[in-house]
Amino acid sequence: MTDALFEYAPAPESRDLVDIRSSYGLFIGGEWVDSLGDERGKSINPATEEVLAEIAYAGQPDVDRAVDAARKAYDSVWSRMPGSERAKYLFRIARVIQERARELAVLESIDNGKPIRESRDIDLPLVAAHFFYYAGWADKLGYAGFGPEPRPLGVAAQVIPWNFPLLMLAWKIAPALACGNTVVLKPAETTPLTALLFAEICRQADLPPGVVNIVTGAGGTGQALVTHPGVDKVAFTGSTEVGRLIARGVAGTRKRLTLELGGKAANIVFEDAPIDQAVEGIVNGIFFNQGHVCCAGSRLLVQESVEAELLAALKRRLGTLRLGDPLDKNTDIGAINSSAQLEKIRSLSAEGEAEGAARWSPPCVLPDRGFWFPPTLFTGVSQSHRIAREEIFGPVLSVLTFRTPAEAVEKANNTPYGLSAGVWTEKGSRILWMAARLRAGVVWANTFNRFDPASPFGGYKESGYGREGGRHGLEAYLEV
Amino acid sequence: MRAFLHGLPGVDQVGADQRAAMLATRSIKTTAKRQAIDLAVSMVDLTTLEGADTPGKVRALCVKARHPDVAQPDVPRVAAVCVYPDLVAEAVTALRGSGVKVASVATAFPSGRATLDVKVADTVHAVAEGADEIDMVIDRGAFLSGRYGKVHDEIVAVKAACGDAHLKVILETGELATYDNVRRASWLSMLAGADFIKTSTGKVSPASTLPVTLIMLEAVRDFAAATGRKVGVKSAGGIRTAKDAIKYLVLVNETAGPDWLDPGLYRLGASSLLNDLLMQRQKMATGHYAGPDYFTLD
Repeated sequence: MTDALFEYAPAPESRDLVDIRSSYGLFIGGEWVDSLGDERGKSINPATEEVLAEIAYAGQPDVDRAVDAARKAYDSVWSRMPGSERAKYLFRIARVIQERARELAVLESIDNGKPIRESRDIDLPLVAAHFFYYAGWADKLGYAGFGPEPRPLGVAAQVIPWNFPLLMLAWKIAPALACGNTVVLKPAETTPLTALLFAEICRQADLPPGVVNIVTGAGGTGQALVTHPGVDKVAFTGSTEVGRLIARGVAGTRKRLTLELGGKAANIVFEDAPIDQAVEGIVNGIFFNQGHVCCAGSRLLVQESVEAELLAALKRRLGTLRLGDPLDKNTDIGAINSSAQLEKIRSLSAEGEAEGAARWSPPCVLPDRGFWFPPTLFTGVSQSHRIAREEIFGPVLSVLTFRTPAEAVEKANNTPYGLSAGVWTEKGSRILWMAARLRAGVVWANTFNRFDPASPFGGYKESGYGREGGRHGLEAYLEV
Repeated sequence: MRAFLHGLPGVDQVGADQRAAMLATRSIKTTAKRQAIDLAVSMVDLTTLEGADTPGKVRALCVKARHPDVAQPDVPRVAAVCVYPDLVAEAVTALRGSGVKVASVATAFPSGRATLDVKVADTVHAVAEGADEIDMVIDRGAFLSGRYGKVHDEIVAVKAACGDAHLKVILETGELATYDNVRRASWLSMLAGADFIKTSTGKVSPASTLPVTLIMLEAVRDFAAATGRKVGVKSAGGIRTAKDAIKYLVLVNETAGPDWLDPGLYRLGASSLLNDLLMQRQKMATGHYAGPDYFTLD
């Protein structure tokens, strides 16, 4: 993957910045408490399989305590506090996140496996930006278009995934708190450590006890949390499968629900596209965060007239990707988050080969320990192949072709999902024509996987409902 | 020509800037840094292009080019010394036997505002005086008014006047303004026979930038894939620190590929850069910085 002439020496970010405890309890009512049950799990470093810490798997009694603490904080402090005061706490949290950004980035990379370049340059700046953005809304809710004095909902149960642990926490907690809700958040069982460090940051920012509660655990904890009768609002980001379970679970209750689920986004490249930037966009679309991105551009739709040229350029570019130690500042592709996820990627890729698609990866040495999967692309994929329909959630790109814009739209929309799409063309009118027809929550034009706290994000169809980010993101946490 | 140049894939400015910025975050440390510094030194076209240049100034620069640092005898020599045509003879004498090439700007540098006869005569003179390399400027006026044929034919004529001398074609990207123009001018120059394409004269701001060099590296890469001929790239102007130079090398490495990491295919046109490279080199060897007074100003 690299040449002998100018081999970059290892440039690892220092691990000494983070202090990981051997064992963590739950963060309830502003205090660290032990779980009332004795179920525990381990969070491991996916790049080395080293055990990082033992975490509690909260049971029903723990969730009861957390929801009670959140309710108490809601009734006695947070819902009564003027927005301008709530804003001060959020601004303070945002500043502390910036101050401790390196520490958080390193911890995120260790726990999640993502390259430090991404956690440092993308995740953390966005996390801080999200808190700053919603801090600004806290005293302006009356001007958000939801009436003069929109009320908060109450206690929000929030369950987040392992792909962007801290960023998803920010997407959930910042708007909830800005609107005057209190939260009980459950991070994913494979990536709880940055959420637990965030709990420390809440204390550092003197956030009133109980406004943010963090309960760790696996599916059982999540179920206990979202079905808890004391919860007014459920927000979930994760798989469509679990999203369905949650939707069933809250059906017929007073709970509001927002779901941000899977995707199988089309990245559509027209013959008049800026080819070099399109290649970058394709790489960023599917290999960013090892493809663990719900809005990943996992289906490349390329106009047949430029297929050969684009694929040659893409393959050449994949040859320069640097896979390895997530803490090395020059790493482009880190580790797959868990052995279970690696297994899923492997089996779907094997399925792709069995169904007749041609598999290609650049020459690439995978480390001996840890969970790794090389950047992979499949050509000769048709709409009916499983790798073109199912979310792989890994660094695997399926390449399909189209002949006309209408066919591109048809193929792009021919999926149960509808989270995002990308359009690459130098023709402005075609971008608008496509955007009007693509059934996807986000349509990127001549870019991909660009995020901003001011921009709403969410899905069509089985990619979920509700929007996060921007003014629209407030609606999910207000009585409107 | 026009149809061909306008048929080249466009360049998305945001995307190109983003790619260059991402590559600039590469962290080059320890052994890689040492290697990169020596490579950068060997790629420097040590340049003096002032109205006040004198034979004495050129002679001093040539001594520096042969032995960049007396305190570090193992420093490689630079690639070339770049001067105005009337000082070529001086540089040729001073560099004889050193392996350092003599490059001369020509064709009414830096503006290029002269008739073709004058440009050719300027080139012929420099070559006759012994220049190994000619750095010509394109007619930006003609380019911007869409007279691509004129730009092309001038390059062809100057190339013919060069004989065996290598021709570097300066695009003056700061005046071309858009990345689409940079890509078109790159292809135009390569099709006309350029051995090198060069970003800037150093007399116009902005001079070389990372994204502009990125576009030009993509062009030489694609040109080599299409024709089999490898054209070199020279980034000139505004590159002052070792850190900047290393960013350019990373760009070369990951865009055109390692083949271009060679003074025969990539150059850095600079003057003050050399001393910073030497200072960083010494710091890596000894563990501490010497003051700027320990490096000669020539």
